[in-house]
Amino acid sequence: MIDATATAASPSASTPPSVLRVPEHTVEIVSDSGEGAQKCGQIFAAVSAKMGNGVWTVEIIPAEVQPPPRVPEGASGNRVRVGSGPVTNWGDQTNLVVAFNEQVLLSRHRVGGLAEDAILLIEEMWATSDDPAVVAQWDAAMEELSSKSYRIIRVPMQEQCLTLVDNPRKGKNMFALGVLARIYGRDMDRIRDQIGHAFRKKSEAVYTTNVSLLELGYHWAEQHIDFRIDIPLEPMDTPLVVMNGNEAIGMGAVAAGFEICAMYPITPATSVSHYLSEVFERFGGIVHQSEDEIAAAGVAIGASYAGKVALTITSGPGLALKTEFLGLAIMTETPLVLVDVQRGGPSTGLPTKVEQSDLLAALYGQPGDAPHVVIAPATIEECFHVMVTARRIAETFRTVVMVLSDANLATGVSPFPRPTLDARWQAAPIDLAPVAEGDKPYDWDLETGLSRRIVPGQPAGMFTLTGLSHDEGSKVAYSSGIHQKSSAMRSRKLAVLQSLLAPPPVHGDEEGELLVVGWGSTKGAIEEAVDRTRAEGLKVSSVHLRFLSPLEPGLKAIFARFRQVVAVEINYSDDPDDPFINEENRRRGQLAMLLRSATLVDIDSWTRVPGEPLRPASIAETIRQRVHSGGAA
Amino acid sequence: MSLSCHLLHVLQPEEADNQYEMTSYEGAQARWCPGCGDHSVLTAVQKLLTAEQLIPEQTVFVSGIGCSSRFPHYLKTYGFHGIHGRALPVSTGVKLHRPELNVFTVMGDGDCTSIGAAHWIHALRYNLDLTVLLLDNGIYGLTKKQTSPTTPQGLKTNTQPKGSFLPALNPLAVSLGVTNASFVAQTAEWAPAHLYATLRAAYRHKGTSFVRILQRCPVFTPEVFQAAVQDPARIVLLVHDDGVVTPELNRIYSSQIHHDPGDIATARRLAEADDHIHLGVFFRDQSRPRYEETRKVTPRSPNERMSRLEEEFDRYAV
Ligand SMILES: Cc1ncc(C[n+]2csc(CCOP(=O)(O)OP(=O)(O)O)c2C)c(N)n1
Ligand SMILES: [Mg+2]
Repeated sequence: MIDATATAASPSASTPPSVLRVPEHTVEIVSDSGEGAQKCGQIFAAVSAKMGNGVWTVEIIPAEVQPPPRVPEGASGNRVRVGSGPVTNWGDQTNLVVAFNEQVLLSRHRVGGLAEDAILLIEEMWATSDDPAVVAQWDAAMEELSSKSYRIIRVPMQEQCLTLVDNPRKGKNMFALGVLARIYGRDMDRIRDQIGHAFRKKSEAVYTTNVSLLELGYHWAEQHIDFRIDIPLEPMDTPLVVMNGNEAIGMGAVAAGFEICAMYPITPATSVSHYLSEVFERFGGIVHQSEDEIAAAGVAIGASYAGKVALTITSGPGLALKTEFLGLAIMTETPLVLVDVQRGGPSTGLPTKVEQSDLLAALYGQPGDAPHVVIAPATIEECFHVMVTARRIAETFRTVVMVLSDANLATGVSPFPRPTLDARWQAAPIDLAPVAEGDKPYDWDLETGLSRRIVPGQPAGMFTLTGLSHDEGSKVAYSSGIHQKSSAMRSRKLAVLQSLLAPPPVHGDEEGELLVVGWGSTKGAIEEAVDRTRAEGLKVSSVHLRFLSPLEPGLKAIFARFRQVVAVEINYSDDPDDPFINEENRRRGQLAMLLRSATLVDIDSWTRVPGEPLRPASIAETIRQRVHSGGAA
Repeated sequence: MSLSCHLLHVLQPEEADNQYEMTSYEGAQARWCPGCGDHSVLTAVQKLLTAEQLIPEQTVFVSGIGCSSRFPHYLKTYGFHGIHGRALPVSTGVKLHRPELNVFTVMGDGDCTSIGAAHWIHALRYNLDLTVLLLDNGIYGLTKKQTSPTTPQGLKTNTQPKGSFLPALNPLAVSLGVTNASFVAQTAEWAPAHLYATLRAAYRHKGTSFVRILQRCPVFTPEVFQAAVQDPARIVLLVHDDGVVTPELNRIYSSQIHHDPGDIATARRLAEADDHIHLGVFFRDQSRPRYEETRKVTPRSPNERMSRLEEEFDRYAV
């Protein structure tokens, strides 16, 4: 992708720099934690979006809060994919890295995310350190990196920054930003604006210093970097907002009119509550941090029972703890919205990494027959809107609605059209009108199973709800007839909800050789892979599901129009060629299992659990293999 | 003459104007075993609701699972019969969202001090305005005689047939050890006047009032409270104007201690004393912060919210 004629940085470039025009480029900024690479990456991404590029940012997070300096595991920063058109996923490989030391750079090399010809801009102070151990590490790192044809450019960050500040540990990030601004032709005024947002509230002096460091980096690059990278801008007319999926969920919760969010801290869900804790009270809402996830579910159910639908937010281990309470909410038909921002599992698993392995637990994790709704937003934008949908469904259908997001959406940052807000999205005020004579707490409509909720404070509505099997009047009932009927009523609601849904749109042609089915955060990567392989002439399409319970209608008919169907997910499945694995014992991905049982179509499974989002290139590769092998694998 | 009329009025306060009678609060027919102490608690609670004229639709009883947790079904108020050990989180949610409601929580000893122990400790610390009743029969009743944390050491049960292994947990001492607990009392269902007076004090207290009610289970643990029931000398009443005073019991329970519920150190000492059973208010401090007050927010209309959300989106605008 990078023009091979670009030569090494020369001390003073007298000839104009070569300009590489590319449709997209992926940039990483990595440092020890505390050196501010994340701020640099965030501002670079925000300005790129403002200028009219598509952007998808992911955080590079060390596992520990304060890892020691100069260790590969301590790498902290951002990875920003910038493209001409909209960018829907994190892409494939990194094209350019700015690293504050060679150890964090090594970590990026070792995870295998760097393009063969990546450009590496590396702080060079370590090469000439007084500490021979550091110099030895540097030499070893350069040796290791030489296995690829990277282009390595040494940058005197420390030396340059020392001309302006005493402690460049705080400040290199702005110098690096200046270098990137020059290389990518970013608008310096917009960058200064962003620096203003970030630092002006600290002090004017901090702001001024940061801007000087930015300009220093820019001018250094002007003199020493002999290439520029041009990613054509396609500014959109629609106003955009940029945020990560967890912020979008938080804002969605506000837009939906939630008033109570009960939670217990757990990565990667917690940042929703951080966001809400900051703003919710201004909207008349509160975040209640419970003693554990069980209590958080209980508090949310108590609040919902007493009025407006409440919210609880968690991740896998917390979902496990809430299980019994979810059964209670389903049995008492108390509406509740639960957000599960999935991470790798089982157990503590991969706390900060993406996985889609809670699907079956979400669907079937509650003992007993416990029908409820499960929805998965596919984009950051949908993380916002899904909250409105979820609250409405929970209220209308008197049931639990689970929203399955994941770490990819939670930490990915990307712009989307600013929502046009509608006050009708908000929960209605609590209705305390007297209950009519003869009305019961579960006045099931026999056809739909729907019934109207009675809320404490309504005169003549004094019933006791119970998790025991009960009749319309909430009378405890053990007779088989009543349990059969009430189970039917609770279950029927899902069929009714399904009747209101439309079949999912097919991305690509309505029929063909191969259909890829996905759910949740993989939409961008799957569709990009489908587009690439369609451009190669393959007859491939994809379908992306938002509703997992009930499923969207018409799936069987869509599947029937393709010779093969494969579900692509970030969870574990057996490879048919692995030892001991055969057709009878092969464990398939979770969506594949669900769809096979719902449609009796022989749906195949392709899944990976790399602890990172799927790359469009690897999905495209599996598409090619399947189409070329020409049959169900 | 006028004096006697006045007295009559005091003895029967505003009876004529009362909107709600005992029967107003009667729900389904109670199905506890004959002789079960839960019946007396139900009666005392109905009496309290009547005396305080609590509006039935403004009153919510939340319970867990156990014999005692059937309680809400037998009342004509709002009720939520939830899951084992988890009544307090549900109560917390109700009160947090609807602070104007009167919220009572009813739990058994297994419910509160075993499976729900974490919630018990934290509810005392949140100190929402809840009235919390622990119906302590020292045994798992509903599941048929298993050892509970409050089962006396040595008592034979179906899970510890050679005698319960451990010294019993002391719910009063635990409660009094929780920072921000604001009301801790003990009473016994076989002393109805004391039970009633204690429930009233608990209800009137602003904050989480925790009342351990010693409760007989004639089927599984008839022996546990027998001695105390038969020999009132084993009982010592804690009396104080800030706690409960029951002059009508002076003749039966002659040993009494004047205990100021503001005195936490003495409260803890009395709670630990195992020579006698102390009934009364051990501790009470109305000045403790209440969670629902701390977390009070100004309600916002849908339009207000949406215009504030627009401002919020401005912060994220590209
Ligand atoms: C999660 C869970 N575990 C166990 C049970 C079984 N269970 C029901 S009630 C109970 C104990 C009841 O004892 P207690 O709380 O003292 O109430 P009591 O019946 O004595 O009033 C148990 C263990 C349950 N319902 N749920
Ligand atoms: Mg018990």
